[in-house]
Amino acid sequence: MRRCRLMVEVGRRQFLRGTVGTATAAAAAATVGGGARAATPRGGVVPDYPRIRLANVRDLVVDEPLEVTYPDADAPGVLLKLGRRVPGGVGPDGDIVGFTTVCPHKGYPLHYVREERTLDCPGHFSRFDVEAGGQQVWGHATMNLPQYELRVDEKGDIWAVGLDELLYGRVSNVLG
Amino acid sequence: MAFKRNVDRLPIVPPDAEEYNVVCHFCIVGCGYKAYVWDANREGGPEPSRNKFGVDLRRQQDADSAAWYAPSMYNVVRKDGRDVHIVIKPDPDCVVNRGLGSIRGAKLAEYCHSLVTGTQINRLTDPLVWRYGQMQPTSWDDALDLVARVTARVIKEYGWDGVFVSAYDHGGAGGGYENNWAIGKLYFQSMEITNIRIHNRPAYNSEVHSSRDMGVGELNNAYEDAELADTIVAVGTNPLETQTNYFLAHWIPNLRGETLEKKNRLLPGEPHEPARIVFVDPRRTVSINAAEAAAGKDRVLHLAIESGTDLVLFNALLTYIYDKGWIDRDFVEKYTVGFEKGPQEPPMYPARADSGEFAGRWPGLDEVVREIRISPEEAAKICGVPAGDIVKAAHWIAEPKAGGHRRRTMFGYEKGVIWGNDNYRTIAALVNLALATGNVGRPGGGCCRMGGHQEGYVRPPYPGGRPAPYIDKLLIEGKGAVHHIWGCDHYKTTLNATEFKRVYKKRTDMVKDAMNSVGWADRDRLVDAILWAIRQGGLFAVDVDIKPTMIGEACHVVLPAATQGEMNLTSMNGERRMRLSERYMDPPGQAMPDCLIVARLANHLERVFREMGDERMAERFRGYDWKTEEDAFMDGYHRHAPGGKFVTYARLRKMGTNGFQEPAVGVDEEGRIIGTPRLYTDGRFSTPDGRARFMITKWRGLQAPGKAEQKRRYRFLINNGRANHVWQSWYYDQDHPLVTDRWPWPFLEMNPEDMKELGLQAGDLVEVYNDAGWTQAMVYPTPTARRGETFMLFAAPRGVQGNVVNNGVNELVIPNYKQTWANIRKIADAPAEARRISFKSKEYRPPA
Repeated sequence: MRRCRLMVEVGRRQFLRGTVGTATAAAAAATVGGGARAATPRGGVVPDYPRIRLANVRDLVVDEPLEVTYPDADAPGVLLKLGRRVPGGVGPDGDIVGFTTVCPHKGYPLHYVREERTLDCPGHFSRFDVEAGGQQVWGHATMNLPQYELRVDEKGDIWAVGLDELLYGRVSNVLG
Repeated sequence: MAFKRNVDRLPIVPPDAEEYNVVCHFCIVGCGYKAYVWDANREGGPEPSRNKFGVDLRRQQDADSAAWYAPSMYNVVRKDGRDVHIVIKPDPDCVVNRGLGSIRGAKLAEYCHSLVTGTQINRLTDPLVWRYGQMQPTSWDDALDLVARVTARVIKEYGWDGVFVSAYDHGGAGGGYENNWAIGKLYFQSMEITNIRIHNRPAYNSEVHSSRDMGVGELNNAYEDAELADTIVAVGTNPLETQTNYFLAHWIPNLRGETLEKKNRLLPGEPHEPARIVFVDPRRTVSINAAEAAAGKDRVLHLAIESGTDLVLFNALLTYIYDKGWIDRDFVEKYTVGFEKGPQEPPMYPARADSGEFAGRWPGLDEVVREIRISPEEAAKICGVPAGDIVKAAHWIAEPKAGGHRRRTMFGYEKGVIWGNDNYRTIAALVNLALATGNVGRPGGGCCRMGGHQEGYVRPPYPGGRPAPYIDKLLIEGKGAVHHIWGCDHYKTTLNATEFKRVYKKRTDMVKDAMNSVGWADRDRLVDAILWAIRQGGLFAVDVDIKPTMIGEACHVVLPAATQGEMNLTSMNGERRMRLSERYMDPPGQAMPDCLIVARLANHLERVFREMGDERMAERFRGYDWKTEEDAFMDGYHRHAPGGKFVTYARLRKMGTNGFQEPAVGVDEEGRIIGTPRLYTDGRFSTPDGRARFMITKWRGLQAPGKAEQKRRYRFLINNGRANHVWQSWYYDQDHPLVTDRWPWPFLEMNPEDMKELGLQAGDLVEVYNDAGWTQAMVYPTPTARRGETFMLFAAPRGVQGNVVNNGVNELVIPNYKQTWANIRKIADAPAEARRISFKSKEYRPPA
């Protein structure tokens, strides 16, 4: 009942999209603890993400970060080959991931800590685990690290086609 | 995958959005925010002329931008009965946080009740009552009639002692001057209740009795002092996680040397350097790591003492500093009781001795040092840190600077000692040190608790004695007939929780069974049945909260409260900065501010006593004709707080997120309230003669009953406390996916060698058990943890740490959470939820 009503209400809102009804049901069921992909605000229409070639799988060496930008030149990020299958990983070994390198807390540049495979922020000491979907290991950001949605074509070219969180400093991931 | 929102775009705040002053609901720091509210059917635009910030949002914004908001700062809520967009973002012009938002406060919008986006939809919306064997919604009048009738009958039959109360006394959400005054007026003025406890401790007492007894109010400095100090001493506090933006906006700049210009400007004529910092903590925290990154390792000293030995360390520091002649003799002479034989005053338990040389009088500083004298070497043996480090700390605290200028040292302490061994004496030992070195009431100084919640306390005096009754113990013993609970969840946040919950459930179930035997609408028989069950040992429980709680499941009436943002609310922060956090949305359903729930309950009690023919009792409940929270504010703070006569909502509104620092001392020609940045700058302390007291602080080992025995019997220290992601009892966080995704169970930081010996892997669920009870946690490998010493996240809904804290308290019924020992055994391999999370070190690492 509640879900249906919410879906109708949500349908009226020009800014809202996504799976709020499902999320609401999950929130109602999950009272404590883990894992509920529960209710959070959903905002914005889906922008028209550009499809951009970032590199070829041959360009990547395990643990050598490759600086890239996505979805435009003002959005620095990194491609990483990790040598083991990880969440969001693509390529023949499922080990290639891409992340923004702008801290989602206050917009400071993240650096790669090779020994632990984290992206760390010198501004306020937050750190994100590139082997766990960009989960904030510890820090102040209210989101985990925005990760690239990647595709690898038959030639081994790595294409970025989207993002899973809002980038710092933008009201829309695609500017304009 | 880690939790992601898949939000690609947010609505833009239009230029005409309504703007409200907001103070974060949560910790003591009280960061300033602004709420922007506008109609749901429109938005602004990216061009500068079309958004609130006058900024070109078609461009990437720079770091520290004031024009960016994260998805967690956005929601759709109800305001004046309509759906509106809301953005709640940190205020760059607030001097407290300077635009910073913590992982807790920067989610204020996402913590709002929203039927559109589904956030916090399990907020309480209607009064609920135990009817036909389950909780059912009803009207305010129906619910309050039952509460009033049962409470009135209990008072008639048992006197005031039959009424037990648990009530917060803090500021911020749920608390604040409005609600605290209302609760205090009801229970201390209309009633004379002594059987009352506070949200986080089992009695009605101060967390810092000794500091107050010595004349040193515990929030005596300004946040700016952390920018001016030569040395900061942080005891039992982890400020990066628990006072985040105080640490980031005021401590870190000083550690980085960024405040040197300010130091030279405000404190000319003496040499200045970037600050040094001393941490006293058995555990290496992320605060220590951050301080090292900011200041360099050579300017950070971590005294990783044996748990519970802080007092010995402070005594050794005082002895050494005294022997070196680094005491501030002028300060001691002028502003304290002096060096010998302090004033005769009636003994106050347990500060002044009943017998012996010091019976009935305060000691001077010379006497204190004679009594507590201990060398760095002797202290090193007890504290488990090198004597050289104790000496180094003494130098950093009190060695005069070049040119003979006194070093400015700020002392900040919190739950490590407040919930630690021998609270009264340990805090006194630290205050001794601060007073002896002249560091209270001067810029760059202060001896302050760091604080948990914000504050907001003005109430009529508590009618009970000292020590106050140990409420949990009395409830376990079967005392009390009715229990009113205001914004507390003891099932998650008390000590001896295993036993408390067992007995509490049994007693409240007796009343539920009795209620099941009578029809709901047969009110007289229902009340008779409840009273009958109470006489058999039952307990009638009423819970007021904003969310369903664990203790609420045991209750017979649950009343829905409004919270900050849904009402106007005033509080003060850790530097006594008072602000009005404005109402920016509607409360859900029938929820009301606590102060108005109090007023309506008082109205019903007046009516019920009149119907019972007791006019004298009925008269006690007059004076609650409040219609708004502002009425409660004017009745309480305005009339009763020091300087309250200068403070009104209108004046506070004008002063925005910066407010003023209490106490108010006047109003300037522009109508701005004039405050008090620091206490005791005139050297007059909070004692009858204005002179601060010293205290003899002898070491007596683990003070609370059962602790020494527990330490002998069990293998692991279960140190415990807070984490960055979580606020208080997780009341919002347990329904926030960013938090539950990171911490599906409370973590237990554990040395990898200990894990290996117990056959444990990262994420495994373990049982933590001892003579007090048992609980569960998720193992988090932590190489910096010492062997045999663990740290467990406190107050988690899926593993209550208080279950294994024994009932030992100090003389004034202060709980001792930190000194807990237990054994650990495996329950299960890491569940799926635990397998996908990161188990890497929480410590930031600078670039290679």
